[in-house]
Amino acid sequence: MSDNERRRAAILGRLRDVYRRSPEDEAVAIATVEQRVFHPAPNLIPARGQLDLAGRIELFTTMARNVQAEVDRVSRLADVPAAASAFLRRHNLPQKLVVAPDPVLQGAGFASQPLLRVRFGDADEHDQAGLTLAFAGVAETGTLMLCSAAERPTLLAFLPENSLVVLPTARVFGAYEQAWRELRRELGSPPRSVNFITGPSRTGDIAQRLELGAHGPRRLAVLLVDDFQAG
Amino acid sequence: MQPTSLAFQSKASSALADPNLQAALGGIKTGWQRGRILAAERLPEFEQLRDQARDIKNHALANLDFYLEAFEARVLDAGGQVHWARDAAEARRIVQEICEGAGARTVTKSKSMIAEEIGLNDHLEAAGITPVETDLGEYIIQLRKEPPSHLVGPAVHLTKDQVADLFEQTHGLPRTDDPTELVGQARTVLRQKYLAADVGITGANFLIAETGSAITVTNEGNAELTQGLPKVHVVIASLEKVIPSMEDAFTLLRVLARSATGQEFSAYTTVMTGPKRKGDLDGPEQFHVVLLDNGRTGMIGSKFQDMLRCIRCGACMNNCPVYLAAGGHAYGWVYVGPMGSVLTPQFVGIESAHTLPNASTFCGRCEEVCPVRIPLPNLMRHWREEQFKRQLVPSTVRQGLGTWGFLARRPALYRLATRVAMGVLGRLGRKRGRFASLPLAKGWTVSRDLPAPEGKTFMQQWRQRQRSRS
Amino acid sequence: MNSAESSPRPGPRVGLFVTCLVDLFRPSVGFAAVKLLEDAGCTVEVPEAQTCCGQPAFNSGDRATTEALVRGLIDAFEGYDYVVAPSGSCAGMLRTHVPDLFEDDPATAARGREFAGRCHELVSFLVDVLGVRAVPAQLERHATYHDSCAGLRELKIKRQPRLLLEGVAGLAVTEMQEPEVCCGFGGTFCVKYPQVSTKMVNNKAADIEGTGADLLLAGDLGCLMNMAGRLARRGSAVEVRHVAEVLAGELDAPPIGRPADA
Repeated sequence: MSDNERRRAAILGRLRDVYRRSPEDEAVAIATVEQRVFHPAPNLIPARGQLDLAGRIELFTTMARNVQAEVDRVSRLADVPAAASAFLRRHNLPQKLVVAPDPVLQGAGFASQPLLRVRFGDADEHDQAGLTLAFAGVAETGTLMLCSAAERPTLLAFLPENSLVVLPTARVFGAYEQAWRELRRELGSPPRSVNFITGPSRTGDIAQRLELGAHGPRRLAVLLVDDFQAG
Repeated sequence: MQPTSLAFQSKASSALADPNLQAALGGIKTGWQRGRILAAERLPEFEQLRDQARDIKNHALANLDFYLEAFEARVLDAGGQVHWARDAAEARRIVQEICEGAGARTVTKSKSMIAEEIGLNDHLEAAGITPVETDLGEYIIQLRKEPPSHLVGPAVHLTKDQVADLFEQTHGLPRTDDPTELVGQARTVLRQKYLAADVGITGANFLIAETGSAITVTNEGNAELTQGLPKVHVVIASLEKVIPSMEDAFTLLRVLARSATGQEFSAYTTVMTGPKRKGDLDGPEQFHVVLLDNGRTGMIGSKFQDMLRCIRCGACMNNCPVYLAAGGHAYGWVYVGPMGSVLTPQFVGIESAHTLPNASTFCGRCEEVCPVRIPLPNLMRHWREEQFKRQLVPSTVRQGLGTWGFLARRPALYRLATRVAMGVLGRLGRKRGRFASLPLAKGWTVSRDLPAPEGKTFMQQWRQRQRSRS
Repeated sequence: MNSAESSPRPGPRVGLFVTCLVDLFRPSVGFAAVKLLEDAGCTVEVPEAQTCCGQPAFNSGDRATTEALVRGLIDAFEGYDYVVAPSGSCAGMLRTHVPDLFEDDPATAARGREFAGRCHELVSFLVDVLGVRAVPAQLERHATYHDSCAGLRELKIKRQPRLLLEGVAGLAVTEMQEPEVCCGFGGTFCVKYPQVSTKMVNNKAADIEGTGADLLLAGDLGCLMNMAGRLARRGSAVEVRHVAEVLAGELDAPPIGRPADA
C-alpha cells in the first residue's frame, strides 16, 4: 500500500465509521449515487431559461450587454471577418487577429479583409486580439460556453486584451443544463477545459470599484451568426 | 497562521476607530448586500433554488465516501492524479512534492481558501519555492503579509490610497491612485509571473463526481491563466466540495454569485477535467487534485455537519452587522464573519477562538441570506455550549448566570429578590427615568443610558390587583 | 359534558408569560398585554411560578440551567390553551428552541414540543390566532417600527404589528431605511462587546432619527431599552414605547427611560 492509498483508506474509513450503514442502507445508497452520477437529471430550471429561439437570442443579448459585453449579430459566417475588423477599428486597435485554427473559422473568408492580418493558432502574450468559436451560448445569464479542443485552444479567450467569440444563433440555449446535454450528446465527456464566460474580465478588489480587464480580456465581443454554413 | 481570535474585542475597537475601514465596510452594504437583494428579486425561483442547493449538499454529505470514490475514478480516467491528505501538514507536503517534482521555482496561485487554511504560502517559501497570488485582492494582501479580511474580497478593507502606496513600493513605478492604472500595473506584473510559473495552484468551488472535474469561479480570469499556462496544475480542495453531477453544480452556481456579489453569474466559471488532451495547443501536462480532510470527516455526523454545506459566498458576512462593524481581521484567522465564527473554533480549537461564536447577537440575518440555509446562529450556540462545558466562560459571567439561574429556578425567592432590587432601582431612577452610569453595568452605560424600572414589578402589581378585585 | 348549552363559548384561556424584563422594568407592558388579550375575548391568567424563559442561559451555552428553567415553565403553564408573551425574543425561545431541548429525556421533550406549540408572541397571536384586525386605539403621533430580530426571523412577525398600527387613529408610521437590521442588543452581547454593540445601536438611532418620527415602537423590551438608552445618550427627542402600550391605549407610564411627569 502506498502512502497515498493509506491516507485514502483512513479518510474513507472514517467516513464509513460515521455513516455505519446497514447492508440494506448501503445498497440503497450505492443505487442512489450511481443514479445521480451516471444519469444526472436537471434540477429546477428558471422560467427565463425556457424561451423560444427568438426569446433566447434576445435574452442572451440583453444579459451579455448588461455585463459589458458587446454583441453584434450578422447573418452569415462570411460576415464575421468584416465584423471583427470593425471591432478592431472601433477600439483603435491594430488590424491584427489571432484566430482559432478551427476549420469553420478558417473557411470564414478572412481574405475578404485585406487590411486584417490573421494568424491561425494559439495566442501568446503579444497578441492584442483573439477570436474563437463558442460551443454554445446560455441565454439566462448571457453566458458563452467554450470547449477546448486541438482546433480551439483556451488561451485565445484569456491572454489577449480583446476577446472575440463567434456564436451561431442556433446554439443559444436557454439554460446551462441544455448546453450540457448538448455537450454530452456531441462529445460524451467534457473536454479538458469548458469555459463559461459572462462578460469581460473584471475586479472590484480595489476599493470595490468595478474595473474591467483584471487578468483576462478588457473587452469581450460576441459575434452572433444566423447562417452558420461555411462558404 | 497563528490565530489571534481571542483579541477580537480589542481588534474590533481599533477597527471601529479606523474611518477608512468603516468606509470600506459601508461599501459592502451598498454594494454586495444590496446586490444580493436585487439579484434575488430578478430571479423568482431563487428561494426554491436555495432549497435545492441545500438538498444537493446534504445528499452529497450523506454519501461522501461514494462520491469521493466516483470522483477519484473519473479523475484517473481523464489522466489526472488524486492525492489524499488527512491534515494540513500532509497537504502541504504533497503540494511541495508535486512542485519539486516539476522543478518549480515559482508557482502561481488562484485564490484558494484551503491554501490559506493550511498555510501553504509560508510552507512553499520555506521550501525555496516562490508562490505568487494572482487574484488581485490576494496579491495585495500577500504583498502586505496580511490574512484575507473577506471571503470574496480579501483586500476589501483597503482604500485605493493604501493600494497605491503598496504598489509604489513594490512595483517601483511612479505612484498612481487611479484604480484603472493600479489594476493595469498588477496585470502587467502578474502577466510575467504567469508566463514564468512552473506550477499553477487553484482551489475549487466544486468537484464533480460525474466527470472528475474541478470547477473554479472567478471574475478576473486569473484561475484560467493559473491553470492554463504552467506545465503542472494542482487543485487543492477540501473533500466536502464533491457533488454528484454537473446539473447539481449549476444549481449551486445559480445561487453562488447572486448571494456573493449580486452578479447573475461570475465572469468566469471553468470546468477542468484532466491534463491537456492529444493535439491540444495549451493546458497543463499534469493535473493533480489534493483532497483535504483536516477535521471535516469529524464534522460529518456531528452538530456541525451543516457547516460543510458552505459554498464560500460571503453573504453571511456581507449581511452581518457585527462583521460590518468589526471588519474581517478582528476574527483573527483565515475564515471571518459568521461562517468563520463556526469554522475557526473547529480548526484552531474553541479555547483559542471562543470569542468568535460570542461575537453575534443571534440576529439571524446570516441564516436568512445563506444560499444553502446553514443555521449559523444554532451552530455558534453549539460552540458556546462547548465553551461552557469546558469552563472557558469568564468566571464573572458564569457567576452572574449561576446566580440568575439559581434565583429563576426558585420563583418565590426570585420574586422577593427582584422586588427588593427593582424597588431600590426604581427609587434611584425615578427622577431622570434612566441611569447614565451604574455599578456593574459599565458595558451598557459606557455608551447608552439604562432606562430605570418603574419600581414595583408586574407580579407585585398583578397580585395587588387580583387581591383588590376579589 | 353536554355542549348543547346556549351560553356563548368562553374565549381561550391564556396564560400570560410576562417575561422578566417586562416584570422588572416595564410592568405597564404586561398590563397592556392583559388588556389587549381580554378585549379580544381571552381569559387571562398569570401563573405565579413563572420567571425566565431560559434564553440567557441557552445563548450562553448553559443547557442544564436552560432545561431546568424551561421545565419550570412547562409545569407553570400546564393546561392553558395558549401561552402568550409580549416579546418575540422570549416567545421565539419557547416556540422554536424548546422543541430542541431535553435530548436525553424523551418524556420531557414531548411535553416541551406540546408546550412550544401553544406559545405565541402577543401581537402575532392577536392577528394570526385570534383574527384581530383592528384595535380601538387612538394616538396623534408620528411613529416608526423596529423589527426585533427573533420576532422577525424566528416567528415571522412583520406585517402583524403594522396591520394593527395602521388602524390606530391619528398615528402615522414612517419606515426606517433598515427596520430589519439588529439594534445591537443581543442579550449578553451588548455587555460582552460594548463597542460593537454601540456602533450598531448608534446606526439604528440614526436610522430612527432619519425617519422624522417622534415615537419608536417595537415588540421587545430588550431592544427597546437598548435603543432608548442610546437615543437618550444622543440627546434625541424620540420617545420609545412597546407596541402593546400603543395598541392597548395604556400610555400612563412615561416613555421608556423618561421620568414620570413631575
